[in-house]
Amino acid sequence: MGTHSSSGASIAGTSIAGVETAWSDLRVLVGAEHMRASMGQDAVDGVLPQMVIEPGNPEEVAGALKIATGAGLQVIPRGGATKMDWGNPPRARELRSGELILSTRRLNRVVEHAWGDMTATVEVGCTFRQFQQTLAEHGQRLALDPLWPDKATIGGILATNDSGPLRIRFGSLRDLIIGITLALSDGTLAKSGGKVVKNVAGYDLPKLATGSLGTLGIITQAIFRLHPVPRESRTLSFSNSDSATMNALVLAIQDCNMVPTGVQVRAGSSSTPEVDLRFEGTAAGCEAQIEQTLRIASGARRIESPADVWNARSTLWSGAEPSVVCKFSLLPADLGTFLNLIRKASEPLPLPWRLVAQAVGVGYLRLEGTDTGALLNALQDLRKKLETRGGSLAILHCPLEIKSKTDVWGSAGDALALMRSIKAQFDPTGALNPGRFIGGI
Amino acid sequence: MEARILDQFRAIVGKGLITEASQLRTYECDGLTNFRVMPQAVLLPTSTGEVQAIVRICQREKIPFVARGSGTGLSGGALPVENGVLISLARMNRILEVDLPNARVVVEPGVVNADVTQRVASHGYFYAPDPSSQSVCSIGGNVAENSGGAHCLKYGFTTTHVLALEVVLPDGSIVHLGSRAMDRPGYDLPGIFVGSEGTLGIATKVVLRIVKKPAVIQTLLAAFNSTTEAGAAVSGIIGAGMLPAAIEMMDNLAIQAAEASVHAGYPNCGGLLLVELDGPAAEVEHLMDQVGEICTQCGAWEIRVAQSEAERAVVWKGRKAAFAAVGRISPNYIVQDGVIPRTALPKVLSEIERMSAAEGLRVANVFHAGDGNLHPLVLYDGRIPGQEERAMELSINILRLCVKCGGSITGEHGVGEEKKMMMSEMFAEPDLETMQLVRCAFDPQQLSNPGKVFPRTRLCAERTGPYQPHPLEVAGVAQFF
Repeated sequence: MGTHSSSGASIAGTSIAGVETAWSDLRVLVGAEHMRASMGQDAVDGVLPQMVIEPGNPEEVAGALKIATGAGLQVIPRGGATKMDWGNPPRARELRSGELILSTRRLNRVVEHAWGDMTATVEVGCTFRQFQQTLAEHGQRLALDPLWPDKATIGGILATNDSGPLRIRFGSLRDLIIGITLALSDGTLAKSGGKVVKNVAGYDLPKLATGSLGTLGIITQAIFRLHPVPRESRTLSFSNSDSATMNALVLAIQDCNMVPTGVQVRAGSSSTPEVDLRFEGTAAGCEAQIEQTLRIASGARRIESPADVWNARSTLWSGAEPSVVCKFSLLPADLGTFLNLIRKASEPLPLPWRLVAQAVGVGYLRLEGTDTGALLNALQDLRKKLETRGGSLAILHCPLEIKSKTDVWGSAGDALALMRSIKAQFDPTGALNPGRFIGGI
Repeated sequence: MEARILDQFRAIVGKGLITEASQLRTYECDGLTNFRVMPQAVLLPTSTGEVQAIVRICQREKIPFVARGSGTGLSGGALPVENGVLISLARMNRILEVDLPNARVVVEPGVVNADVTQRVASHGYFYAPDPSSQSVCSIGGNVAENSGGAHCLKYGFTTTHVLALEVVLPDGSIVHLGSRAMDRPGYDLPGIFVGSEGTLGIATKVVLRIVKKPAVIQTLLAAFNSTTEAGAAVSGIIGAGMLPAAIEMMDNLAIQAAEASVHAGYPNCGGLLLVELDGPAAEVEHLMDQVGEICTQCGAWEIRVAQSEAERAVVWKGRKAAFAAVGRISPNYIVQDGVIPRTALPKVLSEIERMSAAEGLRVANVFHAGDGNLHPLVLYDGRIPGQEERAMELSINILRLCVKCGGSITGEHGVGEEKKMMMSEMFAEPDLETMQLVRCAFDPQQLSNPGKVFPRTRLCAERTGPYQPHPLEVAGVAQFF
């Protein structure tokens, strides 16, 4: 991984005795029953950490970080462990005295649902489903549809900046999070943002921490703005003859004044592109917009919407192996061209593929193929084309061999040095998830 | 300032260098006029390259600099520093690109907010953030302050609509934050830059997202006997699961001021509510009926619904002019910008009333009621000795009240110079220290708008200490996030 920096070298030379003391201090801090030796399933990209600890409150998270950092340990934060393979592999062990998984599993309370203010405070180990169920008691929701909501935790969803089809109407996490408590590697516990939706006091650390893959600190609590659960919801789907007509339909939908809460494209090597639309709100509002849609989409064929169509992207994680699943971003008008590029890159080999994309220009692509060299070439080719047009391609799931040959995140452009400075300020010894983020941060 | 440095500046911007005292005076304050500082010089660059060249000199000579847009800010964010220069971005005012299929507009920082909407309006688009000063304030200033406006309840703030920036960092390097496409891998640098009040560098190009105009917009005006009744209506509307485009409230004093100034035709009442709904026609009409019913149930005795663009404009005119209008009923006034959880509104309003009576100073209230953003206007007469100090004290105490209720000291005006000491009342020391880590990453020499936002500057070599809970937290009085 040639792009990795060597900022981790500063902690080389930590003594074995120091590590033993750290293990015992950590055991005292969280209680022996909340610390255990790791097992095979705790491995992250082939790296097996020595211990797993489960702190019970934010102070214990901060305390554990302080002890671990002081002993030169590497800390890998973990929530529901649904996305542990997102990111580069942890940096090689020789620079470190050991690795520790810090699980947020016990930080699982919904601290407050201020439903009159439409905000909620939640500990990050809470699963998305549990959080959403609590909010639903007062007819509200976090307007987000992340992957694997039964298992995925708020912390993991934040760290990976996961979002689904609802973002066309409600934005992504950066538009929904309003406050955080962040535990830094030196044991500082800091708050930023607040419990009110409108707030410009100080730097917006909730946004900085969102999508930072736990490399700046461990979020222990998050505060979100909420939305009402819609009264009605209607979905309709269309089949299109080719990529160009698909893209034209998607753009036409966005260029009129309807307010969909989902505009999704599904495509694959063995199917023609399909478009799903969802409207939410009053029954009258939904019906009027469906009528308008049918007029706009007169050139497309209306089809029955598949069951659970708004979770379609999660199906990209199943199929023949080896495979690669990646997240891409592009300008909305480039989607049709991108589909054609995928066809061109995959057909000669052939690499079967499937894709689920949101009309805002964020999508997920699965490529299957036994030749990892060919997979990597196809990915790098697509990435290059996306990046030159202001887009990106991040590999989420792939054989380790591919991870050893490329930065899974792609290029950070000329802002990489700035990102490294931020990392150095927040985590000067490089203890948190070293090497796993962009540019080897 | 040394002549050799001025010569270097002149070599970059030519006639765009101002050093004459009489001309410098234009720049000695922003919209918060009770803070005034004369800069050493004002520079008016016309390109990114010129901004970079100026910043490089500043970096080499350790000269602090302050960037300025239109100077309409209300927290002293663009207040010059005495030993530094002011960099006005007013001449970088071109709309560089309009990309309708992707709903993106690329602008220079000096472009006026309303001009973006004007450029794309004929295609049915608009730029959503709408601070009341939108006809004069600049996008660069909006970026610095993360400006909001009446419609951010539904549409979000400047940060929601800025996708990417070209920035000259305080070390003189040019970086590109974010991208035209969403979700660029890496840290959310636009997210941290927008709202950093000019302390992290100077934006020289901004990629904005524009929004399609809703099919229908309707604005309802409802008159109540009191702000308490109007507040109950706000809770009722939100509780019914609606997300209006805007909900604005004015109390009687604010109504009087608006009437005296722009004759908006508001009813003379104790609490006035403006509720704007937008979206598909079928939806808006249905929901507007419900809003009307809720208002009536809460005691509204007059309800009007503005349907046409012209009727809406009249209704909004009074609200948008409210701050300036207060000048009609008081020689001087202070505008504040506190935020509270919306449910605390009745409690906070009665407390403000009590505090106002105790000080013998009138307070007019204008709020973005949907999101709990209060703009109390403290009225005073500067000719009466001691009254200005008492007015300032009262306005600060109102902010303290907001913090005590779990709110914020600023919703959209920024901390700037004015409220930096209040940051310690809202955040504990480790919170502030952690925020300043960002500053140290962007601007270790602290040359970019120094002395603003934070009560103290932090030496960037320092390490943070362990967490110390805030005294109010220990006492169980408040949680700080």
